[in-house]
Amino acid sequence: MVVPGFTPDETDAVWLSLRVAFWAMLGSLPVALATAMVLARTRFWGKSLLDGLVHLPLVMPPVVTGYLLLLLFGRHGPLGRFFAESLGLVFAFRWTGAALASAVMAFPLMVRAIRLSLEAVDRRLEEAAGTLGAGGVFVFLMITLPLIAPGIVAGMVLSFARSLGEFGATITFVSNIPGETRTLPLAIYTLTQSPGGDPAVLRLTVVAIILSMLALLASETLSRRLAWRLSGD
Amino acid sequence: MLEVDLEHRLGAFELDIHFRSGRGLTALFGRSGAGKTSVINAIAGLICPQSGRIVVDGSVLIDTERRIRTPAHRRRIGYVFQEGRLFPHLTVRQNLLFGRWFASGPAPAARFDDVVDLLGISSLLDRRPGRLSGGEKQRVAIGRALLASPRLLLMDEPLASLDARRKDEILPYIERLRDQAGVPIVYVSHVVGEVTRLATTVVLISEGRVRAVGSVAEVMGRAELYPMVGRFEAGAVLAARLAAHDPRWGLSELAGTFGKLTVPRLEAPVGAALRVRIRARDVILATSPPVGTSALNVFGCRVEALFPIEEAALEVQLRLDGDERLLARVTRRSGAALGLSPGREVFALIKTVAIDRSSLGRQDGGAGLDDEVDGFEEE
Repeated sequence: MVVPGFTPDETDAVWLSLRVAFWAMLGSLPVALATAMVLARTRFWGKSLLDGLVHLPLVMPPVVTGYLLLLLFGRHGPLGRFFAESLGLVFAFRWTGAALASAVMAFPLMVRAIRLSLEAVDRRLEEAAGTLGAGGVFVFLMITLPLIAPGIVAGMVLSFARSLGEFGATITFVSNIPGETRTLPLAIYTLTQSPGGDPAVLRLTVVAIILSMLALLASETLSRRLAWRLSGD
Repeated sequence: MLEVDLEHRLGAFELDIHFRSGRGLTALFGRSGAGKTSVINAIAGLICPQSGRIVVDGSVLIDTERRIRTPAHRRRIGYVFQEGRLFPHLTVRQNLLFGRWFASGPAPAARFDDVVDLLGISSLLDRRPGRLSGGEKQRVAIGRALLASPRLLLMDEPLASLDARRKDEILPYIERLRDQAGVPIVYVSHVVGEVTRLATTVVLISEGRVRAVGSVAEVMGRAELYPMVGRFEAGAVLAARLAAHDPRWGLSELAGTFGKLTVPRLEAPVGAALRVRIRARDVILATSPPVGTSALNVFGCRVEALFPIEEAALEVQLRLDGDERLLARVTRRSGAALGLSPGREVFALIKTVAIDRSSLGRQDGGAGLDDEVDGFEEE
């Protein structure tokens, strides 16, 4: 795709970033929802350990996360081999790996947003649904899920925005391959390292700002509309 | 038919409840913290008693001995919560129809239009719960529970969060429900007026135990029970029928097995069946027929029992002609001066204005108001 004023490399980087962020967001959603349910609703020995593990990418240096991903999901890593052999899904030095790195880095943010909304759900409404004949699965689908929808949307937007900006873990895990793993931040970084790259850096910076603003506005509008629906007015 | 036997320990609080009740409205009556809500939570399956057995219409909901435990959503027990608990993300119509999704059987017991009419909520159907008044919310909550085709309806102080006007707005609907919907109701309350007006059977609960089971008149007429139910005053309940209005003096005349009773004018048609609660402190006792008194109601009765309450007062349980009971509160000094003792014949004077108007409620029974009026005129 050719956009006036942009080189093909630059538009590639923007589209790649959007694709990586989209799949990172979508792929981590079910896992984040399940993790949030476990953290918000259950009590078991070792829960704080799980909580810590979920939050680890938030506090660890991204390079370390990237390196661990390389060890686990690299060509010779145990999980990397498993996924390659059973599902044909290869992460190492592919855009899928960039999506995985983004998903892991954004995971704590998504879990946190969903967990907070789960904890705000009035459990007595679920109880009431039970007395009306709804079993566990139906209560979740018809009561819990609609009530936490604003939290899910917020989590998804946060995850998407965080993924757009992912740098450290991505470059460590899947390197900086043009057209495959060179996302917007990596492209900007590369351009700042090359002479005469300044105008291009500026162009991409503007794109990054616009994308971030759009994501925020979308989340704002969506969650306002959902909050209105849920207020019962 | 409802059979409840349960034992449950919550910290220092021990619940040990055993009672049977039938059709109509069973009121679990007692002060706050007596364990009433725990009882209906156990019936609904929201808590699991440590040991016990609950049977509704022949089907066992829980029997800890035989290790039977039906999950809450398969019990078909409707529950109207104190705070309504409407689903905020659904419209009133969607709230009402929620239970339909799960009701088994081809024909739901209660038809949507009938329930909407009965509760007067047809104008609310497309609205959301957030903007409904407290009374409207409770009516929708009642409708929602009814439309799930329950075999038993539980109501946990459904009027507690409403002001007096809203209460008056809902009470007639609950009466209609009791008389017309054909679903037995278990109603939790600590308010004597509500129980007097609504109950077919009263189960008096105090400190986790059942202290008395019986009709309203039976339970309210027993003076020894009052210390258990709270701070409100003792007062017997009489069943009566509105015999005539006296527009000239703004009075109405009630008739019952006890004789005639004159009360301030009531907004009810002649022939209406009512319950009258007469507070013990509004009854004056005399040993000879009084002359020259302003009290309009004088009944001959016999002292049945005396219960000392407080330091200086005495609660006197009296038996009227028609076998109904009356309670009177007198000072111990008066009791001694009158020589009150079981078996003594006395006269009870009731000040007309002293009759608690809010306790005047329609009696249960399937017959509509119109039928009763006709019957009265033929007599």
